[in-house]
Amino acid sequence: MRANAISTLNEQQQQEEMIQARKRSSRRMLVLETLGVLVALTFFGIPFYFVLINSFKDRAGASLLNLSFPENFQFLNNYKEVLTLNDGVVLRAFMNSTIITVLSLTTIIIICSMAAFVIARRSGLAKKLNYVILIGLMIPPSIVPTIWLLQGMGLFKTFPGIISLEAGLHFSFACLLYTAFVGTIPKELDEAALMDGCGPFNLFFRVIFPLLKPVTSTVIVLSSIQIYNDFENMLYFFPGADNATVQLTLYNFTGIYGTEYHLLFADVLLISIPPLILFIFFNKKIVDGMTAGAVKG
Amino acid sequence: MNKNMNNMYPYFFLIPAILIYGTFFLVPTALSFFYSFTWWTLTDWEFIGFDNFIQFFQEPSLRIGFRNTLVFAFTTMGGKVILGLALAVFLTSKIRNKDLLRSIVFFPALLSTIAVGYTFSSMMHPTKGVINTILSFIGITGPNWLGNPDIALLSVAMTDIWKGVGIATVIFIAGLMAIPTHYYEALKIDGGSALQAFWHITLPLSRPAMNTVIILALIGGLRTFDLVWAMTGGGPGFSTDLLASIVYKQYAAGFFGLSTAGNVLLFLFVALVAFPIFKFINRKEVDL
Repeated sequence: MRANAISTLNEQQQQEEMIQARKRSSRRMLVLETLGVLVALTFFGIPFYFVLINSFKDRAGASLLNLSFPENFQFLNNYKEVLTLNDGVVLRAFMNSTIITVLSLTTIIIICSMAAFVIARRSGLAKKLNYVILIGLMIPPSIVPTIWLLQGMGLFKTFPGIISLEAGLHFSFACLLYTAFVGTIPKELDEAALMDGCGPFNLFFRVIFPLLKPVTSTVIVLSSIQIYNDFENMLYFFPGADNATVQLTLYNFTGIYGTEYHLLFADVLLISIPPLILFIFFNKKIVDGMTAGAVKG
Repeated sequence: MNKNMNNMYPYFFLIPAILIYGTFFLVPTALSFFYSFTWWTLTDWEFIGFDNFIQFFQEPSLRIGFRNTLVFAFTTMGGKVILGLALAVFLTSKIRNKDLLRSIVFFPALLSTIAVGYTFSSMMHPTKGVINTILSFIGITGPNWLGNPDIALLSVAMTDIWKGVGIATVIFIAGLMAIPTHYYEALKIDGGSALQAFWHITLPLSRPAMNTVIILALIGGLRTFDLVWAMTGGGPGFSTDLLASIVYKQYAAGFFGLSTAGNVLLFLFVALVAFPIFKFINRKEVDL
């Protein structure tokens, strides 16, 4: 009887302790969570807030580079000024960047999926070509010879030139993704298609290519961000005022008369809108593609 | 049947890829080896042997690029590995808001490097800048982040870590999610601590993810150009000049042969650093 009572007491005590421990750990969790959010807000939130708030200030206010609320609130003026500057160079840049991004992407998807199909299916070819493709992933493009070549072909400073170039420079990454994915599609499918009288073209474009949709969407998301954000290649291979692309428009506000911060930050925000939209709609896709591409490729 | 099947994968499917990748990447790369030995004006060239390379190693303003590139690549790589792993462990634990936090951490990776560079160089202004203002609240006098040649390179590296840590975190998260939970359960039953769980389970089993992060960060770091260009333009002095920005400066100054030699050196440098690590990592992965 007494032993029984003691054991219940013990159990009660144990239960109490467990509840205490759980409380402690949940309190610790709460502290950790709050800390996490605070740290994230400090490190990632402040730069965004800084750009946003300064893009609403006037010239003098923005040049103070602080986080205070604008005294002279310029809600849309700065943005209007950025968009109308130099006969609308920013709008033209948006146009140019869109054309380059869309056409390079189309080229990348076509050439990489076709190449990957043969590379993955022909026995031994993938191994032989692996290093040739890998160097494109590691080695930076050689600048002056490329310019010289483009000039020789009459493609320097032209849309076909920069589009082919972007496609060539992004070939390796997309091709490796596609090759890995074609490998997971059973070969029996090809045999069945052959039995049904498919030729190579029909086999690829009507059977295989539709199955590559997951990789294609990964390539669309990742490569479009890279090409849209590309600064280096545009600087070297697509110079000239008419050829402005979005990244180069930022240059307009850091002139010899000092930086016009209010316009610079308004432009930073404007050119960040397309990636933001992409991010909102494809958040999960981007992360999946990033991990799939990176861990396997 | 077999022969028939091979005909289904005709080599001419490779032609568009070979044309574009070959013409716009492989041919210029091959040409760069030749032109790096010349005095080159684009219309005319003269063979000068190893002079460009000798100049590269003799002039301090050029030579500094090697040291800076190595420091930059390894600092950013280290930062991304350590912070990325820490963030990934935190963001796979049982906290709420983790989807939101993941998005916040990842978003900078999508932004333009130039825009990030300008934003941070404004925030790093020695007297007015947001960073030093916040630091002064807690009684610290912040340094001149980009004006002091001793720390300018590290300031640029910090910005690069800020922008790139999201990618590392996402890759680590994928790696951590792939670790079977029963390992952790077994350790818990045996009375292991959280630290032991991290040391004996998380760390060794996140190796594939870590290798990916290391390789991506190193290659990215060795090739960096736009961030330095936006933040410091290589200055003060030559303290933040990386090989890629030296290549640009020589190109802009019209020294095409010298610029191409820099390109070749960068090429060899990436190969020398990345390939052995690539090989080493792959061997280790097989051992696991």
